[in-house]
Amino acid sequence: MLSITNLKVRYGNTEALHGISFTVKPGEIVTLIGANGAGKTTTLLSIARLGPPEGPKIVEGDITYNGQSLLSVPPHEIVTKMRMALAPEGRHIFGNLTVEENLKLATYARKDHDAIKKDYDRVYKLFPRLVERRKQRSESLSGGEQQMLAVGRALMTGANFIMLDEPSMGLAPLLMYDMFRALKELNSQGMTLLLIEQNARIALQFAHRGYVLDTGAIVAQGNAKDLMDNPDVKKAYLGG
Amino acid sequence: MSPRLTTPAALFALLLGLMALTQTGILGQYEQTILSTMGIYMILAASLNLVNGYMGEFSVGHAGFMAVGAYTSSVVGVYLFVPDPFFGQPLLPMDLAYLAFPLILAAGFVAAALVGLLVAIPSFKTRGDYLAVITLAAGYIVKSALENIDVVGGPRGFMGMKKVVMGMEEMISIPWMLIWIFIGVVFTVWILRRFVYSTYGKGVMAIHQDEVAAEIMSVNTNKMKLVAFMLSSGLAGLAGGLYAYLIGFVNPASFTILRSTECLVMVYLGGMGSLTGSILAAAIFTLMLEFLKPLEQLKWVAIPMLLIVLMQFRPEGLMGNRELSDIFPKLKRFYRFK
Repeated sequence: MLSITNLKVRYGNTEALHGISFTVKPGEIVTLIGANGAGKTTTLLSIARLGPPEGPKIVEGDITYNGQSLLSVPPHEIVTKMRMALAPEGRHIFGNLTVEENLKLATYARKDHDAIKKDYDRVYKLFPRLVERRKQRSESLSGGEQQMLAVGRALMTGANFIMLDEPSMGLAPLLMYDMFRALKELNSQGMTLLLIEQNARIALQFAHRGYVLDTGAIVAQGNAKDLMDNPDVKKAYLGG
Repeated sequence: MSPRLTTPAALFALLLGLMALTQTGILGQYEQTILSTMGIYMILAASLNLVNGYMGEFSVGHAGFMAVGAYTSSVVGVYLFVPDPFFGQPLLPMDLAYLAFPLILAAGFVAAALVGLLVAIPSFKTRGDYLAVITLAAGYIVKSALENIDVVGGPRGFMGMKKVVMGMEEMISIPWMLIWIFIGVVFTVWILRRFVYSTYGKGVMAIHQDEVAAEIMSVNTNKMKLVAFMLSSGLAGLAGGLYAYLIGFVNPASFTILRSTECLVMVYLGGMGSLTGSILAAAIFTLMLEFLKPLEQLKWVAIPMLLIVLMQFRPEGLMGNRELSDIFPKLKRFYRFK
């Protein structure tokens, strides 16, 4: 279980999160929703331990995963030891490599060759589009395909906990639903997902629980269904 | 002969050929010096390419690391083998010099790598241009420090290394420095190739493309950058050591920003991310320096001009990021140490 307690982080002198707390239980899909600048990406960067210069500096509070504090864990061990992966904002795929090479690079630190083979099959089954594009340079992929690759790459690290930073960004509505269906499928196979979204409607539709983040503080939380019916959330994030 | 042995055999034949040419006098002192200088430039260019080409950082302090290696190797050699007013009587008889020489060079390598580590730790907390600024400063710090250490002669410089070389030649009369430099070049190319094609090397290239992506794909970016930077500066130190014994004299003025710039020019001339390119560029650059000598100071107008022309018409450098084996794929079966 991932548990964040009273997390305060800063960029330079600006406090970006003012002490947020939330938990993600194994097998859940939890979503953090909120407007631009609410601190969603910051939260994910903090959990992935990506620090300055790009990331924030944690000044107070704790992040624990399965009882162990992540504050002393370096970023590469978050992937190798904690088996948590991030599909970051802007995707950060290696544009000059092919789809297949991108997936291969994600297995950089892995030595369990049999499991790697299974994971390739899993990714290609989840996103059949990537099979067609296997030998293609990934910068020539469409936005939706790139997002699939980013998620597939997170899978290939051998993670059982994936953090997704706005998987719907830049996707046509139809593709967006495909993406979320794939995520749901992944979840039904036992993957824990922490999902941050601006598109609150679709996120709450697919998630089990949700937290609403507003300028660095959590202002509402609960089951996805309840949040969808919450009048304040409705007014602010779901368009009435 | 099995393909695996072809490359070492070819290199050995080349070395023997060189020695035969020197012994018969076809390659005179002048030609030997040019070849040796070329070798040193090859080491400098190839090692800087690891940081600037493969890793995509911008280091401009290569002369500083070269200076550390040059002075360390010089002091160790002179301390061990040459009577010196400051260090006193030598510890070892001169007869051992040719055996101990690799250790002398190794000392320069290690010292330069350690200074590289000192520079790298603070600079990798930042990104991009800051490394350039920090390495630039580090180069100046090394030079100023050397100018103020009296033991190594301050601005006047330090000598005595020629005696070590002469000692080696008294034991066995062959062009020792040419051989050491040849070995140095082969070692540099071998270790850099091994590094670049290893898992470490893949990590370094991932950092070049996208550091955040590398990090979330479980690459230990800090460690990779430190290791690559230390290897690069250590090899610069090796080049420094060879340079010191080739010239027989080192002074701080030999390791200015101009020297660092020469290294940069060779890397960009040859192509970032191509060892073949760096080797080729070093050869061309050395010959250019030599043939443009009649122009005197004007050669520093001519050479940058050539660089500008190159950037205009072939911005990726002579080789881009291709290697010899990409141009002649058949060569691949001769060296398979990927």
